[in-house]
Amino acid sequence: MANMREVWEDFKNGLILENPLLRLMIGLCSALAVSTRVENGIFLGIGATFVLVCSNIMISALRKVIPDQVRIPIFIVVIASFVTIVDLTMRAYFPAIYARLGVWVPLIVVNCIVLGRAEAFASKYPVVRSAADGLGMGIGYIGLLVVMGVIRELFGTGKILLFDKTVISLGTVFQPPTIMILFPGAFLVFGFLMAFLNWIQNRG
Amino acid sequence: MAELERYFLLFLGALLVYNILLIRFIALCSFFGISNRMETSIGMGLAVIFVMTISSAVSWVLWRYVLVPLKVGEFLYIPVFIVVIAALVQLEEMAIRKASPPLYKAMGIYLPLITTNCAVLAAATESVKPGFLKLNIAYHYSFLEAIVYTLGVALGYTIVIIMFAAIRERIDVAPVPESFKGYPIAFITAALMSLAFTGFANLFGL
Repeated sequence: MANMREVWEDFKNGLILENPLLRLMIGLCSALAVSTRVENGIFLGIGATFVLVCSNIMISALRKVIPDQVRIPIFIVVIASFVTIVDLTMRAYFPAIYARLGVWVPLIVVNCIVLGRAEAFASKYPVVRSAADGLGMGIGYIGLLVVMGVIRELFGTGKILLFDKTVISLGTVFQPPTIMILFPGAFLVFGFLMAFLNWIQNRG
Repeated sequence: MAELERYFLLFLGALLVYNILLIRFIALCSFFGISNRMETSIGMGLAVIFVMTISSAVSWVLWRYVLVPLKVGEFLYIPVFIVVIAALVQLEEMAIRKASPPLYKAMGIYLPLITTNCAVLAAATESVKPGFLKLNIAYHYSFLEAIVYTLGVALGYTIVIIMFAAIRERIDVAPVPESFKGYPIAFITAALMSLAFTGFANLFGL
């Protein structure tokens, strides 16, 4: 029986210490591309978390039967099946958001976070710990998507929309610099976020 | 003549206007991970050109002659394409290990990781379901169009990663504020490059 402390540690790891985006530098592509709006980030994040948790559980449960030489193709097929579930579900129930996310939903398959965790964690540890690891990584991923989304949407458009309702608005006095929601803005915001984190660490 | 022009636009659009790295943010993991050295960047670029072109061609044929007639395209394309790509990467890994051990060593973990290089899957998916670049003509690419498009994407990847590696080699010896050392300054550099590439928007009305 996995003890609670270990499970908690595995969960916590993904949040900040080993945050997949800021620390491990994986899964960047989707994070930068969809973070123009908070809403996009939340939906893609939930989709990716679902895939992460399910594939971690599945692979961890099968880890003793999967032969070592062909493990990567097997992992990929497991992941691809869960991604297909997300792909079809999102298209059926949230067509507008699916249209905005575009190719990024099928691309969860090749999101390095998912395969990376399958290889580095789920193929070695028991089911409960793997599920905790997947959940932690997923929430760390959503967290950063939301932070990036808030910064870019708020300063790029002057307001934040959630389900077509304005949540925060900076008013008409603020002239939003479009660069924030354009492509270079993603790199800029992410670069400064990382520098900020480094600065805090160096100071402490 | 119009035919040739269309191929040219398709190629240029994929190469510059919708550059896969700087404009569409696909395949950034390898972009930042491997670009700190010129040599590995060139190797990775070549590997991507090879895998991407062949996998797009194979996926296109599978889509048109197997998945669509069987009416399973919509929900099986992700697993099918990814298996095709994984198999091709395995082949290429063996080929490079045999042909050039130093190159194989230099590319290290990134060679098997081409499987998860999103660019390859994105190009394969888009050669059967054009997303960004429809050119307002046919919705489906012909086989040749798919190949031209994929070549444009792959070359765009290679050119940008080589340029980026060249800049990063210079930044390594430049004085950079403490907190910005390493990845943060690389991101700022990428932002400026991306800004330059947005200048290509609307080129030839693309």
